[in-house]
Amino acid sequence: MNVPDDLKFAETHEWIRVDGDVGTVGITDHAQAELTDIVFAETPKVGSKVSAKEALAVVESVKAASDIYSPVGGDVVEANEALADNPALINQDPYGAGWIFKIRIADSSELNSLLDAAAYRAQTEK
Amino acid sequence: MVEFAGWEMPVQYGGILEEHKAVRENCGIFDISHMGEFLICGRAAASFLDSLLTNSVTKLEGGQAQYSLLLNHHSGIIDDLIVYRMGAHEFVLIVNAAKIDEDFTWLRNHIPDGADEVALTNLSDAYAAMAIQGPRAPEVFSKAFSFPWEQRRNRIAQFDNQPARGGHPAPGGTLRSFVATTGYTGELGFEVLVPADEASRFWDSFVAAGAKPCGLGARDTLRLEMCYPLNGSDLSGSHTPLEAGLGAFVDFEKEHFTGRDALLQQKQRGITRKLAAIRVQEKSPPIRAHYAILVNGEKVGETTSGALSPTLGCGIALGYLPFPLAKIGQDLEVEVRGRLYRALVVKKPFYKPRS
Repeated sequence: MNVPDDLKFAETHEWIRVDGDVGTVGITDHAQAELTDIVFAETPKVGSKVSAKEALAVVESVKAASDIYSPVGGDVVEANEALADNPALINQDPYGAGWIFKIRIADSSELNSLLDAAAYRAQTEK
Repeated sequence: MVEFAGWEMPVQYGGILEEHKAVRENCGIFDISHMGEFLICGRAAASFLDSLLTNSVTKLEGGQAQYSLLLNHHSGIIDDLIVYRMGAHEFVLIVNAAKIDEDFTWLRNHIPDGADEVALTNLSDAYAAMAIQGPRAPEVFSKAFSFPWEQRRNRIAQFDNQPARGGHPAPGGTLRSFVATTGYTGELGFEVLVPADEASRFWDSFVAAGAKPCGLGARDTLRLEMCYPLNGSDLSGSHTPLEAGLGAFVDFEKEHFTGRDALLQQKQRGITRKLAAIRVQEKSPPIRAHYAILVNGEKVGETTSGALSPTLGCGIALGYLPFPLAKIGQDLEVEVRGRLYRALVVKKPFYKPRS
């Protein structure tokens, strides 16, 4: 299971890659493997304000719809438009082309409560 | 794995889309051992079944299968099932897993008093069942069996329990095995009933012959593309065969079957709602059961089953609509998380298999 060391993780299986005050968010390799074929992704509206742990996107496999929670609070600054035509990018490249949204992080101290790669790996192996 | 009617069942082995495609283009195998099997024998077996089922078993010759419905006294659907006629006085019923006890009790309680001419046996635990489905199912069949493929659909035959060429004979099995050209996917294919302890040997021989293991997830999307109803979702004790669009499986020429009077009254009065096939006309999330169906912003019903059709690439659903709206070409909307998606009532099935 691929768990990149440079990312932070939420217990709900989202990852965030921080670049300055903007974080890119997606779901983990473990999550996409559990969900299997993702056939629809509903990305958040650019400009929407969210709190940490708030549901703001949905990914759907053939059998189930799953909420995606923001790991941190802030303003959504970009959504991955490519997922509208090709939601399977989340399966194929969960940490790259399958990113879901970018958020301007309101309070960077919230990052401290997220898991690092080792802790997330431990959670998925439980 | 999920629990389904008390069974641990795989939703998928690899991925639902891949499994679905295998059945439409090649060949897949489903473990359907959860389904129930009843054996009904005796000189009065045919008349007994005709007194309870909507279709007419007297129309069947030995070796033929028929889809039929078991109704309550109000003409609501208890179960939908397949009847196989093995001979003049012998029938096998395949019933839904969740309904085994209810169906069996219903049948047993309706055996006429003092009739030792009907013997009813529940063999659900004794049999394992598998469905091998897809355009290449005949090839899989030919590799696994030494007797010829039956070209006609809805036929059943017994076989001697020695499936694989080079396989070992079954050690003294007393249950007979059956193979039938039936299924729940719309594709060419066959289903086998074998003694439970023989199941893995048969499974392995079909997989070795080229059938791809498929789970409940693909079984559901495949049957939905065909508009085959699922009892408990699209059918229930408060829906009648006429409302469900299954009138072709009701033989009103029979003088009696349970539910006939109420159903005939409904036929004469006219139905007020009907199960419609609904196809979404724009890019949408997968449609699921219990989504609202609207016309001009007003809720007129809800979906009973739905999916993102893997073959067609669009949202499809079944749902009961007021009768005047259940006509082909009717404009609708389906609501998903507060957003409305344009949809149409379309002709059944959504998809016509090539095989």
